[in-house]
Amino acid sequence: MSITIADKDTENDLKIVGKNVKRSDALKKVTGTLDYVIDQKMPGMLHGKLLRSEYARAEIIKIDTTEAKAIKGVYDVLTGENLSQPVPRFGSIKEDQPLLADKEVKYHGEPIAIVLAVDEETAKKALKYVKVKYKQLPSVSTIEEALKPNAPIVHSNDQDNEKTNSNICGHWDYNWGDVDLQKENSSFTINNEFEFPMIHHFPIEPYSCISYPVDDELVIKTPIQHPFILRRVVAQALNMELSKVRAISNTIGGGFGGKGYPKIEPLAAYLAMETVRPVKITLSLDEGFFSARRSSAQVNICTGFNSEGFINYQDITIKYLIGAYADSAPRVAGKSSYLACGPYRTPNARINCEAVYSNTVPSTAFRGFGMPQLIWALESQMNEASKIVGLDPVDIRLKNLPEKGDVLIPGDNPVDGDWKQGLRKAAELIGWGKDNEKNKGKGIAIGIKNPIPASVSKSIVRLHADGSVTVSSGTSEMGQGAKTVMGQIAAEELGVPMNRVSVNLGDTSVAPFDTATAGSRSTVSMGRAIKSACDDIKNQIKEIIHELYTLKTSEEMIISDGYVKVHEKVISYAEILTEYMGPNLGEIVGRGVFKGTKINNHPMGGLADFWEIVFTASEVKVEKETGKLNINKLLNVSDVGCVINPLQAEAQEEGAAIMGLGHTLMEQLVYDNNSSKLMNGSALDYRVPTSMDIPDNFESDFIENHDGPGPFGAKGLGESGIIAVAPAVAGAVSEAVGIKMKDLPISAEKVWGLINNKK
Amino acid sequence: MENESFELEFILNGESKNIRVKHYWTLAEVLRSQEGLTGTKLCCEEGECGACTVIVDGKSVTSCIVLAPEVQGSNIVTIEGLSQDGEIDPVQEAFIEEGAVQCGYCIPGMVMSAKNLLDENDSPDEEEIKEALGGNICRCAGYYRIICAVQSAAQKYKEKVKVL
Repeated sequence: MSITIADKDTENDLKIVGKNVKRSDALKKVTGTLDYVIDQKMPGMLHGKLLRSEYARAEIIKIDTTEAKAIKGVYDVLTGENLSQPVPRFGSIKEDQPLLADKEVKYHGEPIAIVLAVDEETAKKALKYVKVKYKQLPSVSTIEEALKPNAPIVHSNDQDNEKTNSNICGHWDYNWGDVDLQKENSSFTINNEFEFPMIHHFPIEPYSCISYPVDDELVIKTPIQHPFILRRVVAQALNMELSKVRAISNTIGGGFGGKGYPKIEPLAAYLAMETVRPVKITLSLDEGFFSARRSSAQVNICTGFNSEGFINYQDITIKYLIGAYADSAPRVAGKSSYLACGPYRTPNARINCEAVYSNTVPSTAFRGFGMPQLIWALESQMNEASKIVGLDPVDIRLKNLPEKGDVLIPGDNPVDGDWKQGLRKAAELIGWGKDNEKNKGKGIAIGIKNPIPASVSKSIVRLHADGSVTVSSGTSEMGQGAKTVMGQIAAEELGVPMNRVSVNLGDTSVAPFDTATAGSRSTVSMGRAIKSACDDIKNQIKEIIHELYTLKTSEEMIISDGYVKVHEKVISYAEILTEYMGPNLGEIVGRGVFKGTKINNHPMGGLADFWEIVFTASEVKVEKETGKLNINKLLNVSDVGCVINPLQAEAQEEGAAIMGLGHTLMEQLVYDNNSSKLMNGSALDYRVPTSMDIPDNFESDFIENHDGPGPFGAKGLGESGIIAVAPAVAGAVSEAVGIKMKDLPISAEKVWGLINNKK
Repeated sequence: MENESFELEFILNGESKNIRVKHYWTLAEVLRSQEGLTGTKLCCEEGECGACTVIVDGKSVTSCIVLAPEVQGSNIVTIEGLSQDGEIDPVQEAFIEEGAVQCGYCIPGMVMSAKNLLDENDSPDEEEIKEALGGNICRCAGYYRIICAVQSAAQKYKEKVKVL
């Protein structure tokens, strides 16, 4: 393992880290003065509105734009045919998505034409005058249909970059030990099929981006989580050099993975180049439903236990239903299935995963990156196992959790925390073991995921002539508080107050490379890069001091709290810079880098930097007459190593838990099986939790053993809170009324049905 | 027909306004496009999410489904009108202190709903707060800290009254 544990800063030494520093963007946000991209305009800007397909799969016979073009204020109306040929395609993994549909539409809601007009109102109006003649083709919207021998093939056309003769986009196998041998040696075998529905991210800020040319450079300003991926994808799609594309991640009004990978940006970029004008494309919230979703999943899990309740083997088959284009879905499938055995010691494993194309909205990253789907299955399985084996749900988990330093997955980093401590803490906080009232039950579940293996973060920290500091980082601010936390790390390291640190985020022309703002990695990876940039500054200060003063040994100099003590003198950074370079001249530029452990031929590309683990517990009361659930209590305990900002960390965990409660209790995208049309793509029809849906009591707590690879021993957080909510709630429901849930959401109807069928 | 416009007179954040608007424009469009007050956010545009909440004649409304003619002669307060003499409102202060803000996009609407609640009820209990904010969707924060912020703001108002 090449990652070294951060300096031994004890909690007592820290002045800014570990404190509830107020969010640096909060004042602007509460006063409505923070400009999201949707709020911005530029002189001469054209507004683009997309016409979307009415059908899930159809050949485009003809698009008549004559009437729309004739409308006053319409600049142009473009279809796939009017773009450069072959139609440019984009994608972070496969360059398969056309800027506008290319002769055939592959999902209901796919963009087929764009109106460019002087304002949004005109563009919207003109859309109604674009006439499309389709020839409907057969489509698929379920795993079962997509895998039938004579199924319509999503990518069967010659113009598709990735022409395939089946709907299987990708296939992953992970094996260790000998599952077949253990099938004969196990005392108990449990076999189940679990399903997890499609979920929409539902960010409150609609998708909106502005692209404009400046000299020979193309600028894209957009709420994107991964500006460097956007830059690469646009450069590839439009055949440009990386240096000519500038991606600026404007403050994001909620991402959750849905704003990770490019969506409308490549088209806006293309149009800005063509028109040589700023082009803004804004989607409505409803159009967001046509832009991103979580993959649904079907998980067949067969687990063998020995007589004492230890796991002998896991035999898991996973099918993810992805959409009509790959987006990041193959990576979600391949990476999450690698961890399908979860946090448990699993001596033998056979994991088989397929990502299956369908004529539905492309699925992409979503908080938890496939793990909520798999943990739903695994932890529901453990709940059932506890009953069959005759062990308490907490005890069977304690029995199967590895110790710190144990192997989790052969060839990867070992267990990096005291996981039993976390489970015990969650059990204690929920009051595990105390008798439940009638129709009440408690459930507990463990969630786990790994960040992005072999990722890279770089940072530049500048110490200015007056002693103030600027941090430049490719991380984006999506509400998680990166801007504040990155500032805290630099302020702590350099010993300057927070108000003297400015943080520039997410601009590829200002900040050096960063892999992504995802995978709960930024505090660890970017945090490390910032810390090392600050170390670089301190080393340069040391060199300067050596040059200015004759020191026999470096012990004669101490850098502390923003000052240097040398020869009995205390000198500020500003004084050092002035003495060295002259008044108001120069600055010290610190460069920092974090690089995860890259291993060639490793299925993940490298090792897990840390294991993000969460222990979730709930107490639920079931109203037997109606099937309605009342969540009395929901709590998360996350092993985060070291909390940099307690208030923000807790808020992240809470938000994740409520989002998890959404897919547990109420959320589900519904497709019509015949037409493959999305039936509930609007705020009216797709319900997310409101203030009326939250649990009566909520708690979030942390395990802080300072054993993570991040600055001050931190591990990541942000995703953990969502991962294990569903099985923790389902476990409680099962305890309360003795029913077994195999699919989500756990709606009142389903619960009522199961209670009554049982009778 | 659709080009028909009319004179809209209203009070916006304490200032008298007289502007020409089209009759089919929503209040949200008038505020954002004509008045440049982008603190009022647009999201669902069907009155479901509350991001565009403003206060019209003492009542909180989702401005995306209020048509311009409906606010003829009205007194409208938006998020921009909450700060007075450079000082932010106790609700805004409480949202910052309690850590109620994450991505921030729902926050102006949330603050307006909270403000409207506290104008009508100076000591709301938890259920009343949940009810009052039930039409404002937040996808990041999970509501707990927002509810705490409203409770804290209620206290702040009372203390402010005492000082006066």
